Amino acid sequence: MNEAIVPMLLTLQVASTATLIVVILGVGWAYLFSRGQMWGKEVLDAVFTLPMVLPPTVLGYYLLVVFGRSGSLGRWLEETFGIQLIFTWKGAVVASAVVAFPLVFKAARVALESVDHHLESAARVLGSNECKVFFQVTLPLAWRGILAGTMLAFARAMGEFGATLMIAGSIPGKTQTVSIAIYEAVQAGQDDLANFLVLLTSMVCITVLVASGKLLQRSF
Amino acid sequence: MKRGIVWAVIGVLANVAPVASQELLVSGASSLTNSFRALGAAFERRNPKSKAVFNFSASDVLLRQILEGAPVDVFASADQEAMDKAAQGQVIDRSTRRDFASNRLVLAVPWKSNRILTSMDDLRANEVVRIAIGHPATVPAGRYAKAALEQQGAWGALREKYVFTQNVRQSLDYLARGEVDAGFVYATDAAIMKDRVKIAFEVPGQQAILYPIAVTTVSKQPGAARGFIALVLSRDGQKILKRHGFSMLHPNAAPMP
Repeated sequence: MNEAIVPMLLTLQVASTATLIVVILGVGWAYLFSRGQMWGKEVLDAVFTLPMVLPPTVLGYYLLVVFGRSGSLGRWLEETFGIQLIFTWKGAVVASAVVAFPLVFKAARVALESVDHHLESAARVLGSNECKVFFQVTLPLAWRGILAGTMLAFARAMGEFGATLMIAGSIPGKTQTVSIAIYEAVQAGQDDLANFLVLLTSMVCITVLVASGKLLQRSF
Repeated sequence: MKRGIVWAVIGVLANVAPVASQELLVSGASSLTNSFRALGAAFERRNPKSKAVFNFSASDVLLRQILEGAPVDVFASADQEAMDKAAQGQVIDRSTRRDFASNRLVLAVPWKSNRILTSMDDLRANEVVRIAIGHPATVPAGRYAKAALEQQGAWGALREKYVFTQNVRQSLDYLARGEVDAGFVYATDAAIMKDRVKIAFEVPGQQAILYPIAVTTVSKQPGAARGFIALVLSRDGQKILKRHGFSMLHPNAAPMP
C-alpha cells in the first residue's frame, strides 16, 4: 500500500509546487508580452514554447547538463545557496515546471491580450495605479483563460516522466513519482501494483478536472 | 510535376523499407551493447542475406517484452535469473540455452574523484552521498550489487544513498558525468569510459556473473537464430567478446565453419 501512496503524495507535492511556480512566472511573462512591443518578442515566445515540442529526453539532457553537479548553473546553486537539484524532489519540480510552463504562458498571453484595453484605460483615468489595474480589472477579466492553462499545466506536471527520470532519478520516497513507479512496476512484472497505481492516477486526474470544471462554471 | 513528387516520395519510402533481407531481432542486456554490435557485423559478413537488429535494455525489461509477445529471435541476459524466468514463462527453447561469457562487477568512481574507496565499508563515509545502482527488480547488475552488499551487511545502512537506474549504462552515464560519487557497473562498462570513470575495486564475494543466451519460442527463423548463437560460442565470437573485456567461457571452441 505504501508503495502506491508514497509516490502519489510525492507526485502531488511536485506537481503543485511546479504549478505554483509556472503560474507566477507564466502570468508574469504573459503580462509583459501583452503590454505593447518589446524587442525580440516573438523569438522569446518561440523559446518559451519550446518545452512543449521538444522530446522530454532532450529537455532532460539539457537539465542534466545545466543543473547537474558538474553543470555551470548546478554548481553555482550548490556553492551559493547549498541547493542541490539533481536526484532531489526539487529537481523533479524543475523538470515538471519546465514542461508545464508553456501551457500557462500561452493560455495567459491569449487571455491577457484579449482583455479590452479601454477598460484598463478607464480604470487608469479614474486614478488606479498599474498594480490596482492589474489585480482589479485585467486579472478578473482574464482569469478564466489563465485557470484553464493552469489546469493543463498541473495535469502535465503530474504526468511528467522523461525529463524527471533523467534529472531526478528514481529514489523511492524522494524522487520516485507515480509515472516512474508505474513504469518500474510494469517492467518488474508487478501487475497488481501497476494496476492500482494506474487506477489511482486516473481517479485523481478525473477529480482534478471535474473540480476545476465546476470552479470555472460557478464564476460565470 | 505533382506526379513526379509523389513517385519521388514513394521511391524514398521503398528504399527505407528492408530490401527482402531477413532481419534477426536480438534482445541483449545493456552491458552487451558494444560487443553484440561487433558480433552483429560479423554475423552479417557470414550471412549476407541476414541482418542482425538489436534491442538493448535491462535484462528484465527485455524479458517482459518477450513475455508479452515481442517478435524477438534471440534473448541474451546478464544473469541466470532473467533467463530462468523466461524458461518458466516458456518463451525460450531450453535446448538452445548456453552460457557464453562472464563478467566482473566493480565499484567505479568518477575520474575526477580523489576519494580513495577500497572496500564496501568505505561507502558508509559521509562524503559518499550518492551511489548509482541498477534497480534490483529489473537490472541484473543491481541484483549482483545488492547480493554483495547484503553479504557484507551494508545494504540497509546505505539505503539513503542509492540512486536506482533503469539499466547499467545509466549508472555508467551518471558516473561519467560526476553526478554520483560511486556506482556499481561491470568491468566491461568501466573499460569503455576509461577517460571518465575509474575502477575503485572489484566487488568482493559475489557469485559468478554468467551471461546466458537462447532462441525464443516465437522466433520464425530459429535456424538463423541458432546460427547467431553458434557464432557467439565460436572461437571468433569468443574473441570478439574478449576484445570487449568479457572472459571467454569457450576458449577452445572451434572457429566458425
